[in-house]
Amino acid sequence: MKKKAKRRDHASINSKNIRRTIMYWSPLFLLPMVVSFIIGFVWPFIHGAFLSFTQFVITSKWTWVGFENYIKAFQDESFRYSFLFTTLYAFVSLVLINVLAFSVAFALTHKFRGTNIFRTVFFMPNLIGGIVLGYIWSMIFDGLLSAYQKSVITDTGWGFWGLIILMCWQQVGYMMIIYIAGLQAIPESLMEAAKIDGANGFQTLFKITIPNVMSSVTICLFLSLTNGFKLFDQNLALTGGLPYIINPDGTTVHTTEMLALNIYNTFYTSGSAKGVAQAKAVLFFILVAAIGLIQLRSTRNKEVQQ
Amino acid sequence: MTTTGTNLAAKAKNINQRAQRRSKIRKWSATVIFTLISLFYVFPVFMVLINSFKLNTFVKTETFSLPTAESFAGFANFIKGMTFGGYPFWKSVLYSTVITILSTVLILIFTSMAAWYISRVNSVFCKIVYFACVFSMVVPFQMVMFTLSKTATTLKLNTPWTIPIIYLGFGAGLAVFMFTGFVKSIPLEIEEAASIDGCGPVRTYFLVVLPMLRPTMISVGILELMWVWNDYLLPYLVLDINKYKTIPIHIQYLKGSYGTVDLGATMAIILMAIIPVIIIYLFCQKHIIKGVAAGAVKG
Repeated sequence: MKKKAKRRDHASINSKNIRRTIMYWSPLFLLPMVVSFIIGFVWPFIHGAFLSFTQFVITSKWTWVGFENYIKAFQDESFRYSFLFTTLYAFVSLVLINVLAFSVAFALTHKFRGTNIFRTVFFMPNLIGGIVLGYIWSMIFDGLLSAYQKSVITDTGWGFWGLIILMCWQQVGYMMIIYIAGLQAIPESLMEAAKIDGANGFQTLFKITIPNVMSSVTICLFLSLTNGFKLFDQNLALTGGLPYIINPDGTTVHTTEMLALNIYNTFYTSGSAKGVAQAKAVLFFILVAAIGLIQLRSTRNKEVQQ
Repeated sequence: MTTTGTNLAAKAKNINQRAQRRSKIRKWSATVIFTLISLFYVFPVFMVLINSFKLNTFVKTETFSLPTAESFAGFANFIKGMTFGGYPFWKSVLYSTVITILSTVLILIFTSMAAWYISRVNSVFCKIVYFACVFSMVVPFQMVMFTLSKTATTLKLNTPWTIPIIYLGFGAGLAVFMFTGFVKSIPLEIEEAASIDGCGPVRTYFLVVLPMLRPTMISVGILELMWVWNDYLLPYLVLDINKYKTIPIHIQYLKGSYGTVDLGATMAIILMAIIPVIIIYLFCQKHIIKGVAAGAVKG
């Protein structure tokens, strides 16, 4: 018992009396958050995980089907297609966003006229929501493509690159902010030492700057990766998954539909197969959570104090 | 000796001047290049502006040209946009504002209180709650969306005045995580001093701890504001959307039917939706950028 008390986190109050008075107030401090957390997250999560093993149309009437929904989800061609499409999209956007964001951040940490204004401008798209962004860009792309009798919703290639351009426009500013914070934390003396030792610009960049911002790099890489996998609003607004092709067996595949949108469409547009949709959602959760947990592990050791 | 000395000095001066001039040129060219990139960056917003003054048929065919006498629609798009789609635009602005402010305030108050309690009491139950919060951060919304919207309907949480409870529940993870991280760095001695001076936990929290939480409050507040204001799917699924539409729902609803939609009026609505946000951003951009940087490093 004593050992346990000693090992306790130093931030927790050791004096039993003080702790007891705080615990007396737990209904005030803890209850509102815990109750809404159960309503808004815990119960829906457990309920959803359970329903993925059942067949249901309304939640109160279900029949247990075991792993059948998961098998059906894997057999669904549109789901497999959207997984591949999403993965491709996530990696292309990851590379482009981070290269651009780092270059911009690197340039803006040098002293020249207007850096603050440029930073403000580059971050601005983050204030505009995904739906609105999607429509702004669909107007621009359609304006560009109308000369060739095309549209973002009729051409898969344009839909893909449209999404990439749109997300670069939005996310570069966000990642840039994180990179700038990392770059500014590098002590000036390191740079001076490199200069005195005769390192040229490239050597300083690759041997000093980049190793010192590695924590920002991991954060940005994982953020853009999870953002890429979870993308929904922009996808819905820009292409809505269109165009689609109809297979010989009657199933349809929307060629710019990403995972989140595929799950949404399985739930709300294809009437009966809600169990399959929930199973897809569980698989989606496992995928995103795996990425997220790797990130938590890799950044936990480098937690930065404010 | 002296002549070579002055010669050398002159040479050094010359080199120095040349280097200075070169770096000056480099700095100015950087400014010019970034000005051009910035123009490209604000270009989409500028397109919304000019197209909101065009007649519907010209938006698609002459997207990139300024309105001409033929295509100019004046303020007709804005007037039409106010009542477009059989739903008054000011109502969705009102609902968006109510939901965003209520949710952010609820999240800030209750998660910071819970975070303080969790890190100070640190019982087994607290550890479970904390772990569940961290866990919830990696769960995508699609995982819970169906059951969450059903739960919300059953509990009558489907109005703008009650949906903040859902936001508090679903958004608690990140906020609790960030607040707990900060509370742990506050030295305990301050609170012990307060309790010796006769403060109970409630007064200690509100008078001593809360003021110290201000920087984290700003970061969390900004992240939550940006999230709730722009969120589309959660309110779309939870709210009774025949009665209540937020701005993103309103815009999505307008564009829902391709072909028949009035693009000019849609652009007018989009402009009305983003102008206030951009103005607010320009006024508090320092806080917003700082808050995002702090939040990203933590989260």
